[in-house]
Amino acid sequence: MSSLLTRRKSGLPADLRTQKDLAALKIRPRFGIAQWVSIGVAIYLGLTLIQFFVFNENWKWDVVFSYLFSQVIMNGLLNTIYLTLLTTFFGLILGVITAWARMSSLVVLRTFAVLYIWLMRAMPPLVMLLVVFFFGALVPTLGIGIPFGPSFAEVPTNDVISRFSAAIIGLSIYLGAYSAEIFRGGILALPSGQFEACKSLGLPPFKAYQKILGPQLIRVIIPSLANDVITIFKSTSLVSVIGYTELLTTVQTIYARNFETIPLLMVAVIWYLVLTSIAMFGQARLEKRFGRGFARRNQGSPKAALENAAKEDL
Amino acid sequence: MTTDTKTTTPLLQLVGVSKHFGELRAVDDVSLNITAGSVTCLVGPSGSGKSTLLRTINMMEEINDGAVFFEGHMIGHEVRNGHRVPVAKSVARKQTLNFGMVFQHFNLFPHYTALENVTIAPMLVKGLKKRAAQEIGRRVLEQVGLGNRMDHYPNELSGGQQQRVAIARALAMEPKVLLFDEPTSALDPELVSEVLGVMRGLADLGATMIIVTHEMRFAEDVADEVIMMDAGRIIEQGPPRDILHNPSTARARKFFASVGTLSAQKG
Ligand SMILES: Nc1ncnc2c1ncn2[C@@H]1O[C@H](COP(=O)(O)OP(=O)(O)OP(=O)(O)O)[C@@H](O)[C@H]1O
Ligand SMILES: [Mg+2]
Repeated sequence: MSSLLTRRKSGLPADLRTQKDLAALKIRPRFGIAQWVSIGVAIYLGLTLIQFFVFNENWKWDVVFSYLFSQVIMNGLLNTIYLTLLTTFFGLILGVITAWARMSSLVVLRTFAVLYIWLMRAMPPLVMLLVVFFFGALVPTLGIGIPFGPSFAEVPTNDVISRFSAAIIGLSIYLGAYSAEIFRGGILALPSGQFEACKSLGLPPFKAYQKILGPQLIRVIIPSLANDVITIFKSTSLVSVIGYTELLTTVQTIYARNFETIPLLMVAVIWYLVLTSIAMFGQARLEKRFGRGFARRNQGSPKAALENAAKEDL
Repeated sequence: MTTDTKTTTPLLQLVGVSKHFGELRAVDDVSLNITAGSVTCLVGPSGSGKSTLLRTINMMEEINDGAVFFEGHMIGHEVRNGHRVPVAKSVARKQTLNFGMVFQHFNLFPHYTALENVTIAPMLVKGLKKRAAQEIGRRVLEQVGLGNRMDHYPNELSGGQQQRVAIARALAMEPKVLLFDEPTSALDPELVSEVLGVMRGLADLGATMIIVTHEMRFAEDVADEVIMMDAGRIIEQGPPRDILHNPSTARARKFFASVGTLSAQKG
């Protein structure tokens, strides 16, 4: 017993004492007690989760699956996707414009941008949506004209603002303000030498941003932007307050009728998981796409470099 | 302008140029003529205004007083109603194209290969087609000895190679004057010579160059004129041998004594 103990401690059986013997031994990863414990915990948790999800009748997976691909859910899901895509599109454009205004040399533009960002940060998105939707009550007609004076063209506000457009407008101006700060942060993070190089080469600002500064700043801001866009998926559920039916609203109206609350919420969660996975996959692709030149490639792969260069038509 | 005046007018003239940062006169009433094909080295202690002077030439810094003339024409400003106003930005960009700049920290575009770094400005600014730009790009990269590194990204190149790409990038725009701001100061000692070698080659080809440097041996070998600055002013100016070994001011003697011993220890 005691001899076994000493042998374990030194780790050296008597016949392995020479340096040559030691040098000949294979090297394996160290597999310590922490590994075993963590694997044990993982197995325990895994079993618990299986019990929790699969062997618990109350989830009513049959109900979940009967609704998962049903026509109503699909309509709601499509509305969510549609709303997210349009909101992202308009929101990010608005964000770029706002970031540009915020960094403009014109004090009026800067002030507008700061006020806008300030207001959006203060305003709960729910309130924003309601204000946009009931804008018709505040301002019965929209038109272009002189304040307190005549107006040149007018349309009734309620012709412009539907549930759909109110949802898009409300969420876009929200994303616009938040993403503006992300864009600005990205620009501030760029090394000043990049701006100087562009300037010394006589690159016009738009082209410099498009080809040189933009790709570098996108690389830095992708994680934050992805966060915001994924948040939009779930924020779209807020539009239920103005009666627009997307995924979560659809689910809510169904379980209000049949009281299968948890199974129907699971339907929504599953689809949100799918959408988030797609978004994260897109994020990973973008990070790879804009990460070129930042990770050290294999030394001997000029072929891969050529292929990359061929793919990227400048 | 007749050919006669062209040959007698210096390529570049600075007349009473000043640049202030608040109270500080970073460049203080500097006048200077640069003839075509000459190599000028700007030396001086840290903070003496060398970089600022270099950057006023290609309008990276707006000047507060004086004027810069290129081929006899004022650049950066134009006369309007008996005053001078800054030129429109598009005009300023055109004027900038007369100058190519090489920075201490290279400032290469990290997401583009060496060749892309060199070809992007000819394509975007001069509107060259990709093929024509690549032809120029290959030529200038060969010229700086990087014909076999064209498809590498900057982070796959050594400091000396990166700086040579930066030189090639400036050359690709075919500027009339090359401006270097301490091109070797960020390099390991053993990489300095490859960059200086490229610059020597450009000087032999007759390029007009203005170089801020601490490499006194290089200045002595290559420069036609050495200019020493102190506190924003030019305090010594002349052929390298006179300035480096026989400066007239006490300030310059002190400075060259200090750098002289430094380079003696190094070499
Ligand atoms: N953007 C700026 N704002 C304020 N002060 C500046 C700015 N750029 C330079 N200066 C100041 O102007 C003076 C001259 O700076 P400059 O960079 O031209 O010196 P230098 O001779 O190039 O020095 P070095 O050898 O260290 O590069 C310094 O005192 C510096 O602090
Ligand atoms: Mg400097």
